[in-house]
Amino acid sequence: MAASATAKPIPASAVALSGVSIAFRLTGGGSYTAVERTTLTVADGEFVAIVGPTGCGKSTLLNIAAGLIAPSSGRVDIFGTALTTLNRQAGYLFQADALFPWKTALDNVAIGLETAGVLSSEARARAQTWVARVGLSSFGDRYPHMLSGGQRKRVGLAQVLIRDPKILLMDEPFGPLDAQTRQIMGNLLLDLWSADRKAVLFVTHDLEEAIALSDRVVIMSAGPAARVIGDWKVPLARPRDIGEIKLDHAFHELHRDIWHMLKAEVIKGYALTEGA
Amino acid sequence: MSRVRLIVLQVLVAAIAVVLWYVLSTYKVFGKILLPPFFFSNPVDVASQIVDWFVSGVIWKHLWVTLEESILAFVLGSFGGVAVGFWFARQPRTAAVFDPYVKMVNALPRVVLAPIFTLWLGLGIWSKVALGVTLVFFIVFFNVYQGVKEVSPTVLANARMLGMSERQLMRHVYWPSALSWMFSSLHTSVGFAVVGAVVGEYLGSAAGLGYLIQQAEGVFDVAGVFAGMFVLAAFVIVIDTIVTLIERRLLVWRPLASDARP
Repeated sequence: MAASATAKPIPASAVALSGVSIAFRLTGGGSYTAVERTTLTVADGEFVAIVGPTGCGKSTLLNIAAGLIAPSSGRVDIFGTALTTLNRQAGYLFQADALFPWKTALDNVAIGLETAGVLSSEARARAQTWVARVGLSSFGDRYPHMLSGGQRKRVGLAQVLIRDPKILLMDEPFGPLDAQTRQIMGNLLLDLWSADRKAVLFVTHDLEEAIALSDRVVIMSAGPAARVIGDWKVPLARPRDIGEIKLDHAFHELHRDIWHMLKAEVIKGYALTEGA
Repeated sequence: MSRVRLIVLQVLVAAIAVVLWYVLSTYKVFGKILLPPFFFSNPVDVASQIVDWFVSGVIWKHLWVTLEESILAFVLGSFGGVAVGFWFARQPRTAAVFDPYVKMVNALPRVVLAPIFTLWLGLGIWSKVALGVTLVFFIVFFNVYQGVKEVSPTVLANARMLGMSERQLMRHVYWPSALSWMFSSLHTSVGFAVVGAVVGEYLGSAAGLGYLIQQAEGVFDVAGVFAGMFVLAAFVIVIDTIVTLIERRLLVWRPLASDARP
């Protein structure tokens, strides 16, 4: 494969995974290779989406970039430095609910600063502006269970962004939301992102969402032993509106081309999970 | 059902029960008294006994002793339960070693420990406190243990990604989670603290509600026994109400079962 020739990481890359494999030991003995020798780079300020069928190890890849799990082999570099512990430069927006249920929305946002040693009063003041930026100014004193799914995601976004991470890792963050809310959240994300252009690694199974949001779409094959099988530039102009861009001709062509490749993998993925 | 209606119906149940009790223990039905006063006393005697206790002020001393024992048992048992629960949850190896012994002690009916505690700690309040502690400890311990272990892995991963140190994890994640589990069993553990105190008093003491009941029983003073029981019941209801208020204040972040989102 041509990609393996560029094993040496480029120093400018925000995230560089080189030849990364992940194998899980199974309880019954033996092991399961989730991801095999994957090489993937995200340049600083670049928005990269990873798309692949269910169970292809997209989230695993994200967890490796976050330093939450260590790869079985291969190396991970963050801004040219090998990652050995938790990735301190990354913010992670999880798929499942990850807010602290015992804290109000405001406190949930402020906590990321408090852990960094910012005084509580200042952290709360800054959290207030962030809560407003995600459009929840009058909901700061609500507890997570009093918020809707979309509102919880907004709090999550503010919680991560207030720490001003250099890298943003997102694991199907808008997956559980309905179509309209997803679109609104996508626009909100692009809006916030365009302010300072962090490096983003965005995992999704929704190809439309991936194209609409990102600069590059990376396609992964069906697991086990999933790999990167496609890497597409998205030549659409910014700023974008997610609702309108889906009517664009270039969007359609790109979608058709990528889907052609992805479809085969989706079918393969289904055959594997259904057959098992 | 409106609130007023509910209260009216609740009072009605008590009124009917008391009236029935009074009628059946005073008047003959088919030539026979169904509730002989020797065994069942009657509401008038019981009420006058209660009034007598409160007017003469004897009851306050006993109430205070029982309250003191219950609070001490609850506080000490909770402290122990939280500490050991945290320790075991964070040290799975220790937990595995102690597991059979914890189960063994927990399976033991605590009443059999009462004579031992009396022997060790005398007839004062501490033997009752000890009995209450053995009851409260296990409830709190199991809940805290569960609470620490069952922190959502996503919330934990999020906390770590937000840069929490081990100490901050304790404070912002494990502690609130364990507390919420502990508070969900607050009614049970407070109830058991009272049970420990009263049973301890009943088995050997010089003061307290259990002592009062036991004394009355010793001289076949059934009115006294019933009076003691009613005071005890009222005492428990008051404590339970206070616990409910505290719980509401502390667990505001929790969804109520009625407004839970799907």
